[in-house]
Amino acid sequence: MRAMQPIISIAGISKTYKSGKTALKAIDLDIRKSEIFALLGPNGAGKTTLISIICGLVNPSSGTVRADGHDIVRDYRAARAKIGLVPQELTTDAFETVWSTTSFSRGLFGRPPDAAHIEKLLRALSLWDKKDSQIVTLSGGMKRRVMIAKALSHEPQILFLDEPTAGVDVELRRDMWGLVRDLRAQGVTIILTTHYIEEAEEMADRIGVINNGELIVVEEKRELMRKLGKKQLTLHLQNPLREVPALLAGHGLALSADGQELVYTYDGNRSDTGIPALLADVNRSGLAFNDLRTAQSSLEDIFVDLVRNGR
Amino acid sequence: MNFHAIRSIYIFEMARTWRTLLQSVVSPVISTALYFVVFGAAIGSHMAAIDGISYGAFIVPGLTMLSLLTQSIANASFAIYFPRFVGTIYEVLSAPVSVWEIVMGYVGAAATKSVILGLIILATAAFFVPLRIDHPVWMLTFLVLTAVTFSLFGFLIGIWADNFEKLQVIPLLVVTPLTFLGGSFYSIDMLPPFWRTVTLFNPVVYLVSGFRWSFYGVSDVGIEISLAMTLVFLACCLTLVYWIFRTGYRLKS
Repeated sequence: MRAMQPIISIAGISKTYKSGKTALKAIDLDIRKSEIFALLGPNGAGKTTLISIICGLVNPSSGTVRADGHDIVRDYRAARAKIGLVPQELTTDAFETVWSTTSFSRGLFGRPPDAAHIEKLLRALSLWDKKDSQIVTLSGGMKRRVMIAKALSHEPQILFLDEPTAGVDVELRRDMWGLVRDLRAQGVTIILTTHYIEEAEEMADRIGVINNGELIVVEEKRELMRKLGKKQLTLHLQNPLREVPALLAGHGLALSADGQELVYTYDGNRSDTGIPALLADVNRSGLAFNDLRTAQSSLEDIFVDLVRNGR
Repeated sequence: MNFHAIRSIYIFEMARTWRTLLQSVVSPVISTALYFVVFGAAIGSHMAAIDGISYGAFIVPGLTMLSLLTQSIANASFAIYFPRFVGTIYEVLSAPVSVWEIVMGYVGAAATKSVILGLIILATAAFFVPLRIDHPVWMLTFLVLTAVTFSLFGFLIGIWADNFEKLQVIPLLVVTPLTFLGGSFYSIDMLPPFWRTVTLFNPVVYLVSGFRWSFYGVSDVGIEISLAMTLVFLACCLTLVYWIFRTGYRLKS
């Protein structure tokens, strides 16, 4: 059934460069329509290579990619017309005006001139006042907005954002997050790569983690955090300890370096967290504590664990 | 056919010309006009006519061809090299456009600029030397065909070059000497037999000869041969362009 089809379907994509470096190893991935998919990975993991293959900038060594049902090689016109790309680097035509470069992009992707659409886009990206300015005169943040305007000029159904908020200030980053959500609400599928894990945590519906050219996990963000996230209970002691008391040894506690805190890691998804038993043993051992707190691991913690453990 | 894309690339490139009018149009016209003043009006009046044509008028087709070749190559090579250099080429490569649409946009604009330039140079020449055009249709045919062919050649250089020096090497060290030695300033019949034979290996001879024939009805080689050689060079350039886009040479990893 067509409605069930993923908007992007990647099957067995691999890439080995002439230098012999393998950037991607048989990647299989489906991206759902109208979702925000965050692709995370350390530098050199293969994120940009994967995006570049889908967008037609890099030839894959093997495998196929379909965009909205269209093969990106055999039916490249239909496939590419659906896709907008905001690359990582701020590559712009320095001496063009904002208006002309955005109009150029729309035409390049086969759409007839539409001044009303370009105006709407530039207003939405707070670029309207700069429409007649040469790009060379704009700030880095403004140039990033121009890149987004160009990518959206032909009204794509799929938008790739490769490190969209790299080097932009907090305010602009928040604006862009808002814009991305608006686009998703309009039915646009968004695939973003980012180094800001909180960005993915804030926006993504699903997370994919890529490392050494392999997709090591693809999961709903909430499910990923539920499955792989850890909770910790920290007891701040009144008097520092040199070692964990024998009575508490069975709880797997960790003692902080200064001996002032006992840290208990537990699975928050289980009904029996072990906390009542721990607190009872603490009481029996005569330890006094003046504060306690719990914390849940962030997506960043999960990401670091995944990459470090190579899962 | 993605006409919007062709139009966009074409307009984008032509806009760059109007933005840099001094460099793109005024400068080459003045440079060539200086040849007309020096070799045509000043020295030319003291030189013997060639094939019954005054020397000033004789060199007009060759000099126009020299400008046409160098400007076609420069326009097209820079047009494709600069997006590669600054990275904006990603947009063209990720767009729903075919090889030939990209070529039509870039080469079309480069050739248009060269043809405009050629016509301005011819109009300028008319102020300094007695100019006549016996076969205007053929003149335009050679003008357009040469502009397109060498814009394609320039496009290839722009893809091959990986620095600004390489961008200049072929136009300066190959094309300009070949044009000077290709009968721009003399008839190759004036050369000794051995050097005349050697000169026939210079492809520019055929371009200049054919172009001059369209003006004065005289040529160093047959008009059919000139036309055939131009078309052969055009076909070679088209084949190379197709191969580059099919393989992604210097464009894709």
